[in-house]
Amino acid sequence: MQSDATAHAPDQAGESARFRLQASEREVRRVLGRIMAHLGDGLAEPDRGTVEIVLAEVLNNIVEHAYARCPPGRIRLFLTPIEEGLACRVEDDGHPMPSLVLPDGRLPDISDELDLLPEGGWGWSLIRSLTADLIYERTARANRLTFRIPVSWKACRDPDRDMVARQRVAGG
Amino acid sequence: MKLTSEMIDGAQVVRVEEERIDASVAIQFKDRMRELAAGASGRVILDMGRVGFVDSSGLGAIVAVMKLLAPATKLELAALTPTVGKVFHMTRMDSVFAIHPEVPGEGMRHAV
Repeated sequence: MQSDATAHAPDQAGESARFRLQASEREVRRVLGRIMAHLGDGLAEPDRGTVEIVLAEVLNNIVEHAYARCPPGRIRLFLTPIEEGLACRVEDDGHPMPSLVLPDGRLPDISDELDLLPEGGWGWSLIRSLTADLIYERTARANRLTFRIPVSWKACRDPDRDMVARQRVAGG
Repeated sequence: MKLTSEMIDGAQVVRVEEERIDASVAIQFKDRMRELAAGASGRVILDMGRVGFVDSSGLGAIVAVMKLLAPATKLELAALTPTVGKVFHMTRMDSVFAIHPEVPGEGMRHAV
């Protein structure tokens, strides 16, 4: 059973798929489409949704906050399928996290008054709830976020299709 | 951002003809909804059946539309797909909206 999980995880040698994008909302949408295509049918539906939610929130945060009030820079994304899920590393060259600490991810309060209902502030709660081993590091010029999304790879995969997807990613 | 609107059983049903309501279209969505539902009263039901993905910006835009329409009009949601339902559930915003499993009258229309 254990050999199945490793044998069928894409990039079983630990090779990362690498994505680079300009920090904009349009680019985030585009790269998410590429990532979901790259993951192919290796993940069952609820896990696909989980991956997309997490990566969307992480990337949008970088667009909105790390690159706020400065020309949009680059975002680098490394995704490595491992037995325990999808290992992710996301780097940007934007502003550091305030106080160099990740937000705690508390859900915004839901008021009984309609006017006071939150219109945002859910991102870190979603990220923290759906990931494990979340680490933020600030290097001299860059932010680096590493985390794991604990998803299960499906036992049956089509290696040819994954290979095509990987080549396409490598070329793009 | 394509939205279509029709009256079904006395409610204005707005169908989102897009696969995503995300940060890149959140403002457009809010503006289009404001135009479409201007002058509406009673219920506006947002048919989300074609929307496979909503991020927190998209969710924020939907909440903002609910506030814009209130108090004359109540925004309700219908036909959430699984990932969208998950985002509403995890943020507890499923407790804020009336959420219908499917668009009212949908079964009848299909039967015709």
